[in-house]
Amino acid sequence: MVKNRVGDEAILKGEEITLSFGGISALMGVNFSVKKGEVFSIIGPNGAGKSSLYNVINGFYHPQRGRVIFKGQEITHMKPYEIARLGIARSFQNIELFKHMSVLENMMLGRHIHIKYGLFSSMLYFGPGRKEEVIHRKRVEDIIDFLEIEHIRKKQVGTLSYGLQKRVEMARALCLEPEILLLDEPMAGMNLEETEDMCRFIVDVNTEWGMTVLLIEHDMGVVMDMSDRLMVLDFGESIAEGTPEEVQKNEKVATAYLGDSDGVFLGR
Amino acid sequence: MAYFSADNGGDMAADTFPKLLMERALQYGQKKTALREKDLGIWQSFSWQVYLEKVKYFSLGLVSIGFQHGDKIAVIGDNKPEWIIAELAAQSACGYGVGIYQDSILKEIAHIINHSESKFVIAEDQEQVDKILDMMDDLPNIKKIIYYDPKGMSKYEDEILAHFPDIMALGREYEKDHPHLFERNVEKTEENDIAWICTTSGTTGLPKLAMLTHKNLISMASNLGKFDPKYESDDIVSFLPLPWVGEQMIAVASGLLFGMTVNFPESAESAQSDLREIGPHVMFSPPRVWENLCASVQVKVMDASWLKRLVFNAALPIGDKWSDYKFAKKQPPFFFKIIYYLAYYAVFKALKDRLGFTNIRSATTGGAALGPDTFKFFHALGISLKQIYGQTEIAGISCVHRDNDINPDTMGEPIPETEMKISETGEILSRSPAVFAGYYKQPEETAKTVIDGWLHSGDAGYLTPEGHIVVIDRIKDVMSLIDGVKFSPQFIENKLKFSPYIKEAVTIGHNRDFIIAMISIDFGIVGNWAERHRINFTTYTDLSSKPEVIDLIQAEAEKINKGLPENARIRRFVLLYKELDADDDELTRTGKVRRHYVEEKYSEIIEGMYAGLDSIKIDAVIKFQDGKTSTIHTVMAVRKV
Repeated sequence: MVKNRVGDEAILKGEEITLSFGGISALMGVNFSVKKGEVFSIIGPNGAGKSSLYNVINGFYHPQRGRVIFKGQEITHMKPYEIARLGIARSFQNIELFKHMSVLENMMLGRHIHIKYGLFSSMLYFGPGRKEEVIHRKRVEDIIDFLEIEHIRKKQVGTLSYGLQKRVEMARALCLEPEILLLDEPMAGMNLEETEDMCRFIVDVNTEWGMTVLLIEHDMGVVMDMSDRLMVLDFGESIAEGTPEEVQKNEKVATAYLGDSDGVFLGR
Repeated sequence: MAYFSADNGGDMAADTFPKLLMERALQYGQKKTALREKDLGIWQSFSWQVYLEKVKYFSLGLVSIGFQHGDKIAVIGDNKPEWIIAELAAQSACGYGVGIYQDSILKEIAHIINHSESKFVIAEDQEQVDKILDMMDDLPNIKKIIYYDPKGMSKYEDEILAHFPDIMALGREYEKDHPHLFERNVEKTEENDIAWICTTSGTTGLPKLAMLTHKNLISMASNLGKFDPKYESDDIVSFLPLPWVGEQMIAVASGLLFGMTVNFPESAESAQSDLREIGPHVMFSPPRVWENLCASVQVKVMDASWLKRLVFNAALPIGDKWSDYKFAKKQPPFFFKIIYYLAYYAVFKALKDRLGFTNIRSATTGGAALGPDTFKFFHALGISLKQIYGQTEIAGISCVHRDNDINPDTMGEPIPETEMKISETGEILSRSPAVFAGYYKQPEETAKTVIDGWLHSGDAGYLTPEGHIVVIDRIKDVMSLIDGVKFSPQFIENKLKFSPYIKEAVTIGHNRDFIIAMISIDFGIVGNWAERHRINFTTYTDLSSKPEVIDLIQAEAEKINKGLPENARIRRFVLLYKELDADDDELTRTGKVRRHYVEEKYSEIIEGMYAGLDSIKIDAVIKFQDGKTSTIHTVMAVRKV
């Protein structure tokens, strides 16, 4: 293992985040802190507020109360594209790709925040614009190589299998070269082999590229294996935060999350 | 275009691969591409000069970490330049090595490494490194594991691991203290030294290690070149496993001898499209590849619009007739030529391009028998597919079709310097400078295979009056029904397998009343067919038990029976509940059926079929790759044909 993979400083912090839609409270005073370089998972039953929390972090929703702090800077009320530019990228639970475009085009789009040339130079494909395009394409190719999707580089995204689309979505998120990657159920609906591949990619992104990963996942085996720390959400409240061992031992989690105190599911 | 053959080009000074490499580097230097690899979406080229330098520094690097004369390396990984560089580097240090199929089970990998006493393992990536590391306790000889794809490797701290470029850097340093060592080592290599070990697929038990000398491989490549010429301007795509003797003889031996450019695809999955981008001039593949290409065309046609289907179906019979003329060595009538060229420009030319065969000049198949119908299909497209016959023990080749003498039922005629005869028992024997040096540390096996210089193939066959070799089957596989009618199960199986719906078939009937077949369907194609006919299915097992699917295969079997002699037709068949798999020991790594094992494993089904049952109940345990098991309960229907 790379030494000191996980830093001491908190790269992302949530303070008392409260979000409600009309009378329904989605998040109630959620606190968390993610350290630089760690794999941090968020688990909880359906409707616990996991995806809502992601939406708050990357600026789709703005909480009524509380703050989100990224590297010491408050981002609570920023727009999604501003947050993406700061270095937070995400993939979605339901795939959100441009289905009629190729994998390559989808990924090049992911580079847009790094692209500096203007309309004219891109239309002419000449001069600095051309040079830049080559640099971006190189970066995209590195990611294609990393995620082993060479064979579908030029395929239309809509024609790909579900498992591959998930992988392409992660690829596009990586194209942003973010500091934090938010993954929303990356293994959902995958077979054993695809799940194992995906785990390997996440571990590699984390250890080789030093990227901080936030993970929402229902596969407890995956979560307990890969996470440095995790947080349990229940009806909009954070009921536990700690290492997998700590959380597994937590009585409150077993009761709330599983409806009884056996904790069989968490016990792997 | 300079023509290179061993007669004029190689004046036999370069009688080993390292010497050949130095000669080519001197001849072409920076001017000509030796290797090309698709990496990050771009074809990266290496000249002969760079190729030599890489081999040189890797070779010296190996020497610097303790590689001595006669030492061995084991290479496991995808086709990449590093694979061949490692091979030549070991040879340049007066050693040799062995290639291991990546999908081999761990027991086989350990056996090959231990039996060959390999000290260094060249493993492609994390996946392969993990396999070796997991078995370290059983692999006492290993000194270093060298990987060439660093992805995922940064978290490993094991002392035994090294990165390929680091070893090359060591070699560069080593050269400063030991100048000209590489050149002196190369000078020491001799034609009768072992160049490489090829594992034989061994249809029973663990693989045997066949030692091939430089002379074996070079004489074979040069003699094959006389019948099937290759030029320095040729491109080849190396996508078949390099441990296979066929890939060694084309990508390594012929590549070096004729100075061809060897191209490596980006990944196994993208090989098909990479092949199309290169448009190779020379291609040698086992029947499975040709069959898959043919099946993929058939499937695409099924999915095409009605107009395209119409045009294709109109053109194909014209192509078939064209091949018939060619096989009969007759000139087609003038008006038919016009019709064929119409069909060619309307359909075949585009199809050839899609398959990546626009430039193909030398297309050959070998390793097993190819169904005559597949053969015909490629000739219809205007691809002059030729059969190659040979064993690993004779460096892969003893016979090939000559360009204007192609007969899909034969294996062609012996290449120069090769004698062939049929023994009293009907076995094919051959003798040539390419007959191997023996099995590694198994002299008793060698003595059984090579007697008085004649290689005993184990194949039953005969010579035609034109001097062509015809292979019937493995001697032990030629069977007779109880009434004495002889038949070749492989022949029937190949006919069955030409149906796009059938992936694998095993026929049985030795000392029985009639012939039966166990068929496994092609999940992809039959699944596609079922979807279009609105048949719901879940798993492979479920799909193969659908009455509609069984009807479909029955129709195929009836069609095939028409082409078989009356007394040797398939009488009954079942669809197997699973695909035959090399992991279950049912197939060899090169995809040949392990007949006796399969017969034993499915004996219950076979007995049921002969007992005249209409259906057979199965409770079987299936093992997955990760060691998990699950049980299958199903009822298989027996159909009469």
